[in-house]
Amino acid sequence: MNPDPAKPLAIRLQSCAKTFDTGVRALEPMDLAIDAGETLVLLGPSGCGKTTTLRLIAGLERPDPGGKVFFDDREVTRESIEKRNVGMVFQSYALFPNMTVAENIGYGLRIRRVPAAGQRARVSEMLSMMRIEPLADRRVDQISGGQRQRVALARALAVQPRALLLDEPLTSLDAQLRETLRVEINLLLRRLGITTVYVTHDQTEAMALGDRIIVMSHGRVAQTGTPREIYHHPASAFVADFIGTMNRLPGELVGGRFQCACGSLPWSGGNGDIRELLFRPEDVRIADDGEDADLSGTVAAAFFVGDRTRVLVDAAGSQLVAESPARCTLQVGQAVRLRVDARGLLAL
Amino acid sequence: MIVLFLPTAVFFAAFFILPMCRLFLIGGQGAAGWAAYAAILTDANYFNALVATFGVAVATTAVTLAISGIAGVFLQRHKFPGNAALVALLTLPLAFPGVVIGFMVIMLAGRQGLIGMVTEALTGDRLVFAYSLAGLFMGYVYFSIPRTILTVMAATEKLDPRIEEAARSLGASPWRVVFDVIVPGLKPAFISAGAICFATAVGAFGTAFTLATRINVLPMVIYTEFTMSANISMAAALSFMLGAVTWVVLALARTAAGSTVAAAG
Amino acid sequence: MTTSRFLFTLQLAFTLAVCAFLVVPVVLSMLAGLTANYLVGLSSGLTLRWVIEVWSGYRDTIFLSLGISVACLAVTLALGVPTAYLLARSRNRLARLIEELLVLPVAMPGLATALALIVTYGVYRGFRTSWTFILVGHVLFTLAFMVRSVLAVLSAIDLKTLEEGAASLGARFGQRFFHIVLPNCRNGILAGSLMVVTLSMGEFNMTWLLHTPYTKTLPVGLADAYASLRLEIGSAYTLIFFLMIIPLLLGLQALSRPRPSRFIPDDSDPTAENRP
Repeated sequence: MNPDPAKPLAIRLQSCAKTFDTGVRALEPMDLAIDAGETLVLLGPSGCGKTTTLRLIAGLERPDPGGKVFFDDREVTRESIEKRNVGMVFQSYALFPNMTVAENIGYGLRIRRVPAAGQRARVSEMLSMMRIEPLADRRVDQISGGQRQRVALARALAVQPRALLLDEPLTSLDAQLRETLRVEINLLLRRLGITTVYVTHDQTEAMALGDRIIVMSHGRVAQTGTPREIYHHPASAFVADFIGTMNRLPGELVGGRFQCACGSLPWSGGNGDIRELLFRPEDVRIADDGEDADLSGTVAAAFFVGDRTRVLVDAAGSQLVAESPARCTLQVGQAVRLRVDARGLLAL
Repeated sequence: MIVLFLPTAVFFAAFFILPMCRLFLIGGQGAAGWAAYAAILTDANYFNALVATFGVAVATTAVTLAISGIAGVFLQRHKFPGNAALVALLTLPLAFPGVVIGFMVIMLAGRQGLIGMVTEALTGDRLVFAYSLAGLFMGYVYFSIPRTILTVMAATEKLDPRIEEAARSLGASPWRVVFDVIVPGLKPAFISAGAICFATAVGAFGTAFTLATRINVLPMVIYTEFTMSANISMAAALSFMLGAVTWVVLALARTAAGSTVAAAG
Repeated sequence: MTTSRFLFTLQLAFTLAVCAFLVVPVVLSMLAGLTANYLVGLSSGLTLRWVIEVWSGYRDTIFLSLGISVACLAVTLALGVPTAYLLARSRNRLARLIEELLVLPVAMPGLATALALIVTYGVYRGFRTSWTFILVGHVLFTLAFMVRSVLAVLSAIDLKTLEEGAASLGARFGQRFFHIVLPNCRNGILAGSLMVVTLSMGEFNMTWLLHTPYTKTLPVGLADAYASLRLEIGSAYTLIFFLMIIPLLLGLQALSRPRPSRFIPDDSDPTAENRP
């Protein structure tokens, strides 16, 4: 398997906004810079503008006047998708029903008039890269969802595109398959080193695949950063709630501690006007008897999810989510005390 | 992309839109002037023809819907060997032209028709009705059944059986289920199919033509005005009105349920 | 017999009666064309005499009908397929309007359309007396069916995304149209073609007004025969017509039968995909 010889692309968007004919403003003016070889994930709920951004990069949509798209140093705003040489994987895969798997994969090569022998060689290379050799002569409606996903990837990569654009490629698959394919795609992207833009609404996917994540909401960028930065230091309440689960405790700073109705938490992050502290479930533990604890409450519900137990705790009006080892047994109504890891405390 | 439509647009403009406009204008150029367009209501002859046309069309629609309703639901709901063959036979006459159907009406109810022979054998009197409105009615029912049955069967397929199960779980008898659940569920299909049936019967020509020129339905009147009286303006005005009526009925049907279109007649 | 069994039998009998109502006249007509003497009945024997007489006398009308049907098919394909593509891609008010417009000649009585054509173009004797005059009428009537048939198939697939997929691989419009769009509406084209040919062969309402003694089609010939000739000749003529049109109708029925769904292997076993 040859590594992709084409030099990876740096992509830049400058003041790109998009208003549709219906008057809907899908994207506010945004600047975006993607490094060569980077995997950038656009993450957000539906309607946030992530797919629009991807389509602007692809050339399927034109930005509003004033917006510019650059591939390396060349402006490509006026170029339509046929000329941009980007590989695109659609949410519904867009495999051609009238062609076999091999013909689908080879279509881009056929357009580029690659000689037949070259087409065959490249197609079988892609078939083995995606481990779908037995499917070569099957028709598209004879293969399963996961197999279609692989064919779509193979087809996009067969022409050695300078960038790979993926629009929610795993959304229509079941959970088990999504996890398997997520790992495969991750390994593939690492190995190929190709510039990738990946759109998803699933934050687990985003954090697993992205070198950098851009969280979007209502056509605007909410935060840009690495997965760890976004997870541990969300810049706004929206990002905090969108990524993972976040506990919120209202209270006020008194002395060196944050006082709240159910207890108090140590706080060393400055004396500003802090009304609320945030922390993740994995930073909260049910305290053993005899241990020091910060907060107290009663168990409202406990969900055994296999490798751990998520515990909902009523703490003087706030509902907190804590994590507990899988084998613990907690009764609803049981009084518990909670220890919070101070390193995980956040204020917005 | 508009380029794709250009040939079709040119063809339509030249051969349909333009001629229709001319037809409309000519309708107002006859002896009666623009009053010709009201003649369909004011002139006794034309009015009678209109009533006769509507009468046959309404009767055809009612009888066809009843027949297709029963047969269509039955065939869709019960799978038995030969079901497919019956459906094939019932929908075969779908595109028979009106002329041929007129001929078959003669074969059944004409002077040497089958019905005549049977009634002669039974009662001594030969029943001949091919050349009257009754014969026309039979012909119209004949070509309407295949079309309406397809619509009814398609709609029956889409009925949610769980609604009927809910009715039965509440104690409804089979008859009540039919009247309270199935018929209301099929109402859009009946409206749509009925409108098409009506519109086709109103505008049908071939059957009436074959059966005799004495039958006084609107298409025949238009034809005789054109060929025998050379009264082009009147023929134009009447045919324009006829077209307007059928188009309105079909447009109403389309808004009531989906979209289907008449064929032949 | 239980109630449901009784009802079933009743409905079955009713349906069979309706079937008989539709089928018996057809059989009767076909038989009459093969009977030596209809007035005497079947006892007079079966013969091909009438069929041969019709064939030798009216061969021209039969071939003209065939020719016009094929020409009609060619024109509706050339006009209808691009139109259907346009309507499938643009789902706006203009598209709705175009669909309505295409349906007009079908909604209106054939008489009106024919009259309109005559008053507008009757002046041009060359055009008026040529078979192309009839062709125009047939195309106006059948175009909506071709468009609708192809449009139905194109609307069922996500045409926009498929084209974007092809475009992302570098395909220009022409390549997309011939590689992706056309192959994927093959069934629609086929069904539409059968419909167009069938309708054209049987069209009478318009053709009766549009024809001249030199441009008679099969249904026009039928009307003539019914009016003026022996019952047997009319029947033999009808028999030939049935022989031509019934295979087309059977083809249409075969096409609209739903296809059996294919088996799709389970995704849950990851190794299953690599088994041959």
